[in-house]
Amino acid sequence: MSTPRILEIRRGVLEKNDILAHTLRDQFNAAHVLVINLVSSPGAGKTALLEDTLRRLIQAGHRPAALVGDLATDNDANRLARSGAPVRQIQTGGNCHLEADMISTHLNDWGLDLSQIEFLFIENVGNLVCPASYDLGEHVRAVVLSVTEGEDKPLKYPTMFHSSDIAVLTKMDIAAAVEFDKSAALANIQSVHPGMIVMETSAKTGAGMDNWVQHLITSRENTFARVAE
Amino acid sequence: MPRELYWFPSEAILNRGELTPSHPPMHELSIAQNLVEIVSSAAQQANVQRVTAVRLQVGALSGVVKDSLLFCYDIATAGTLLEGSQLLIEELPIVIYCPQCQQTATLDTVQAFCCPVCGTFSNDIRQGRELEILSLEAEEDEHPTHS
Repeated sequence: MSTPRILEIRRGVLEKNDILAHTLRDQFNAAHVLVINLVSSPGAGKTALLEDTLRRLIQAGHRPAALVGDLATDNDANRLARSGAPVRQIQTGGNCHLEADMISTHLNDWGLDLSQIEFLFIENVGNLVCPASYDLGEHVRAVVLSVTEGEDKPLKYPTMFHSSDIAVLTKMDIAAAVEFDKSAALANIQSVHPGMIVMETSAKTGAGMDNWVQHLITSRENTFARVAE
Repeated sequence: MPRELYWFPSEAILNRGELTPSHPPMHELSIAQNLVEIVSSAAQQANVQRVTAVRLQVGALSGVVKDSLLFCYDIATAGTLLEGSQLLIEELPIVIYCPQCQQTATLDTVQAFCCPVCGTFSNDIRQGRELEILSLEAEEDEHPTHS
């Protein structure tokens, strides 16, 4: 007769990722690099937003770089490199999200000198479910929502919206044409994340882009003023 | 753990357009592999030969879907000390602290972060993000079962 034996474990399933993310964040803090993790559904306009953001930051005399997660292609990296910023592709080979060890490995292989940049954008795999669980060492998680997606997206993916610091509405130039109900979208965002900052942008017309870029610049100043204290 | 085990929806699912919550790309397999790694090493350290059950807490805000995780658990445990074991999941609802009522409140939804008593919004999450392995259950190897 065997007696069942119970062994207490009490460990987080994602502790390895969380520890590595913590180490990465320490490195970013030491170099005063603000790291932004961009998450969204496929086709929400992350790459267009990022392309214009990189261009505007460079024009304003800042030094951004980007790590781009994609399932199989390097199309996005090629497109972003036109901005003049250092860009590296992470091909996830079918993996549905980025993990901290991929960021760490790619930063090492890339040989990017963190002391030479001010902003590092991580474009996550287009997916509003899986990336929510993985800390990449970022300071800002920005969830990108296009006006074509439907106002109830925040209610369908509450974990992602709740875990993000800011929501960026994209393609605002076609909001009227697709009958985007902005007040419903904002109410849904507030419901799953009370007080969440929302930015309205159009990478095509440039509307709202100055606000978004200025928000990032201010966030970087505030983050490292705090770290310095 | 082989990385090839990661699963992504087929072209057919992707072509259907938007991925719905019922067909999420399954990061639960990656989660299950992490779990197997942690439990296996704890089991080896304790000289456990065969794990019969694993107890796990899953918060409503953890981003993990119970059914997907149960499905992936059998794949991830194959060929390990955990093969054939049961995954016992304790689901935890979101608990917020209401600054108005000055007390905690359990939410029966993940879509409205407001106090069920007074309606005040709150981001002060006291429970719901857990994804924690509590314990494993094992058969004592010194007294093998002859059933």
